[in-house]
Amino acid sequence: MSSAVEPRGWAKTALHVNGWLVYLFFYAPIVLLVLFSFSESRNVGKWGGFTLDWYQQFFDSSNARGALSNSVKIALIVTLISVILGTMAALSLERFTFRGKKVFDALLYLPIIIPDVTMAVMLLLFFGQFYDVIEAVFGIQMRKGFGSISISHIAFNISFVSVVVRARLAGMSTDLEEAAVDLYASRWKAFRYVTFPQILPGIAGGALLAMTLSLDDVVITQFVSGPGWTTLPVYVFGLIRKGVTPLINAVSVVMLLASMLLVVLSLIAQRSRRTG
Amino acid sequence: MGKESDSPAPPLEATPEFEKAAQRKESRRGFLLALPSYLYLVIFFVLPLVIVLVYSFATRNRFGGTDLSGWNFDSYERIAEPIVRTILYRSLWLAFLTTLICLVIAYPFAYFLTTRRPLIRNVMLVFVMIPFWTNFLVRNYAWRVILGNDGPFTKVTEFLGLGTNELLFSQKAVVLGLVYGYLPFMILPLYAAIERIDGRLIEASRDLYGSGWQSFRHVLLPLSMPGVIAGSILVFVPSLGAYVTPEILGGAKTTFLGSYIVTQFLTARNWPFGAALSFVLMAVMLVTTIIYFRKGGRTL
Amino acid sequence: MTPAVELRRITKKFGDVVAVDNIDLSIKDGEFFAMLGPSGCGKTTTLRMIAGLEFPTEGSLSIFGEEVGTLAPNKRSVNTVFQNYALFPHLTVLENVGFGLKMQGTDKKETRARAMEMIELVQLNGLESRKPAQMSGGQQQRVALARALVNQPKVLLLDEPLGALDLKLRQEMQLELKKLQRDVGISFVFVTHDQEEALTMADRIAVMHEGKLLQVASPEEIYEQPASKFVADFIGRTNLLEGTVKDKTTVVLENGSLVHAANSLVAGTRVAISLRPERAKIARLSDVSIEGSSLNGVIDTITYLGNARVYGVKLDWMNIEIRQENRPDAELYEHGDQITVYWSTDDVSVVAG
Repeated sequence: MSSAVEPRGWAKTALHVNGWLVYLFFYAPIVLLVLFSFSESRNVGKWGGFTLDWYQQFFDSSNARGALSNSVKIALIVTLISVILGTMAALSLERFTFRGKKVFDALLYLPIIIPDVTMAVMLLLFFGQFYDVIEAVFGIQMRKGFGSISISHIAFNISFVSVVVRARLAGMSTDLEEAAVDLYASRWKAFRYVTFPQILPGIAGGALLAMTLSLDDVVITQFVSGPGWTTLPVYVFGLIRKGVTPLINAVSVVMLLASMLLVVLSLIAQRSRRTG
Repeated sequence: MGKESDSPAPPLEATPEFEKAAQRKESRRGFLLALPSYLYLVIFFVLPLVIVLVYSFATRNRFGGTDLSGWNFDSYERIAEPIVRTILYRSLWLAFLTTLICLVIAYPFAYFLTTRRPLIRNVMLVFVMIPFWTNFLVRNYAWRVILGNDGPFTKVTEFLGLGTNELLFSQKAVVLGLVYGYLPFMILPLYAAIERIDGRLIEASRDLYGSGWQSFRHVLLPLSMPGVIAGSILVFVPSLGAYVTPEILGGAKTTFLGSYIVTQFLTARNWPFGAALSFVLMAVMLVTTIIYFRKGGRTL
Repeated sequence: MTPAVELRRITKKFGDVVAVDNIDLSIKDGEFFAMLGPSGCGKTTTLRMIAGLEFPTEGSLSIFGEEVGTLAPNKRSVNTVFQNYALFPHLTVLENVGFGLKMQGTDKKETRARAMEMIELVQLNGLESRKPAQMSGGQQQRVALARALVNQPKVLLLDEPLGALDLKLRQEMQLELKKLQRDVGISFVFVTHDQEEALTMADRIAVMHEGKLLQVASPEEIYEQPASKFVADFIGRTNLLEGTVKDKTTVVLENGSLVHAANSLVAGTRVAISLRPERAKIARLSDVSIEGSSLNGVIDTITYLGNARVYGVKLDWMNIEIRQENRPDAELYEHGDQITVYWSTDDVSVVAG
């Protein structure tokens, strides 16, 4: 929206003040958290001189390092599979008509709007039964951990990826694909040389979102992770519930950095989305 | 769109049969593309949903396990019990309050964004996006640090002569954490909705003797309603089922729906009751969303 | 000679909607052919069927005698210039133009050489490494043309090729397209809703309406001898005077006045006389001694166009428009003047009512 009529007087002042307060609200806690992660004091919210001990402690702790590497492994596999499935789903919904399309479309929305807790409960009960069935049929005893967590993350990430890729596909005229087949491209070549490069920023955006959501998830992961095998957020959540320590500050900042890295990447993806 | 024929049969005149076959082949292509995700969601989403539904009608046995025979409505009847009802109302109230506060802060903010020059606006938007992408657990934890004993917040209140604060482990802290967590979910759809509005409509309203307030009330607000509703759903739904925030910032005395459900599974071991509660939570969410889409909302 | 494109009994349905209704059409090799009609008349669908982007529901479609109705678009030797060009935004001009050759497996060196040659032909030398977004509408149009023509198609299809350009550029491109078509020598089939564009550029025009082909003829014939009321009304401006045929050369209008027409008419049929605004003349009521036909009326409105004046004339039962060229000797009329509108029999055409 652009209009020559803008609020004047007190309304203008109020808008500005509200704007700055919102940013203060967003960033003050994050800045303070980073600051305190370098504080020597055992009290998490008190400054007591500069130290890197807490980071040292984090990297020395094999539990923490294990959880971190679990998180990264899961995020990578989940992103890969969600991107492939989500992109295929997006293509089918934006470029084709088929029987059951409406049901599929609605089904794809559900994991996005369903509350975390409900989905966590669903998957907990499911894996309880599923692993029993597998043991009964194949005689293989499976334990919750890498498999169950990855499967659960993919179950909600397919939807998020498909929404992002669909938005990109919807903005891309079918003319381009028609032009490609008119210029002697087979359907596969039209996808390879025209559709795919066009939706690539959307796919990248979807991948980053999937990775972020996978790295962030606490509730669902907590329900489907096994004893001794869990991700960093669940590990941290457990620590917080036992009582806060400056170590958690340090771990939090590490997680924060990971998020920031993904933000920067997603901004780059968005930029090329606009210019592409 | 047309397509290649797989067989090198000699090209023939078009017939309705050929056209139908071509359409069928095309629709099969679409279906095959959808199939992997379709199957995945059926197995790992729909099936779990059905299992929850089944469990919600089952009975808890004496050993904390669940008997899948003997179906009944006991778990749903328990929701009417006073303790459960209190938790339910408390959670609804909390989610409502969070949504309202987010709306009151986000609306002027989103409007403010739209009045900035494009370059500045983009920078400002980026700084809204960053918290949106930042780890939710970490952001809630940050408040635990700030509100904690002897923490920065206490320093401020003491400095202002308000004494020590008692915010942490209260309902207020939970609302604060939720607002902090979900504010970007309100700002972004609101911004998108207000940005789409033709600014000349405000000019027209002012030209037709509307005051600033009247222009807002009768032009801007109604036109930005889709954004208001989308943002409200995006904040209300996760707030209602919130689990992480109450665990970190809330006290032991006040239980909310999300934590209560988790308790049923992890400590109380009453799975049928937990299943019934999560089903009710999902139903509330579904109804809200369906109403939104029925009213012509397009984006979430 | 084998026609470049031939459609026989072609029908296209989308569900219950009949977009193209059983049309027969034959386009000669080397001709500049326009398909004209209002939006939704089926002209674009027809073009897309020739390109292979839609399959006909029924009928035969051949290109130089070869049946292609069910052939995929990438197997047909026709190329299309799309509405809004559909240039690939992620590719440079050179890559856009070379796309078709690359897809056909032409070797890189030859692809490059032929693409460069084509870029030169459309006068875009030096811009080959630009992206489409960095070019003006006119330049994009040239890229689209080069991209299609580099494949040496047997027929070039153009979907509203000039629709996105502003008026001045459009007029320039009209001439340029015409010249290009003469140089290349293949037939151009273009779709437009702009009758002026069709009249200016085409050797022959097909007028379509509601999926049906109403008339296929040269621009002169379409304008002078429209085959139906719709064609008469759609091409240029006209006044349609409805009436009933009295005998071979006379028509009784609705108010009872008699007018003459040259065509051999069948007595008793309902017809409409198409009187073009620029073909009728006006005179004051007092000084009339007229051959041909005439109607009396009153000047109602006067519109000044610079090069002409258009008078709205009120007849007993309807209003008509008369155009008067702005010459120094033209007699001017004012609102309320009693006048006579007259014309010679050659100046009107008769169409079925």
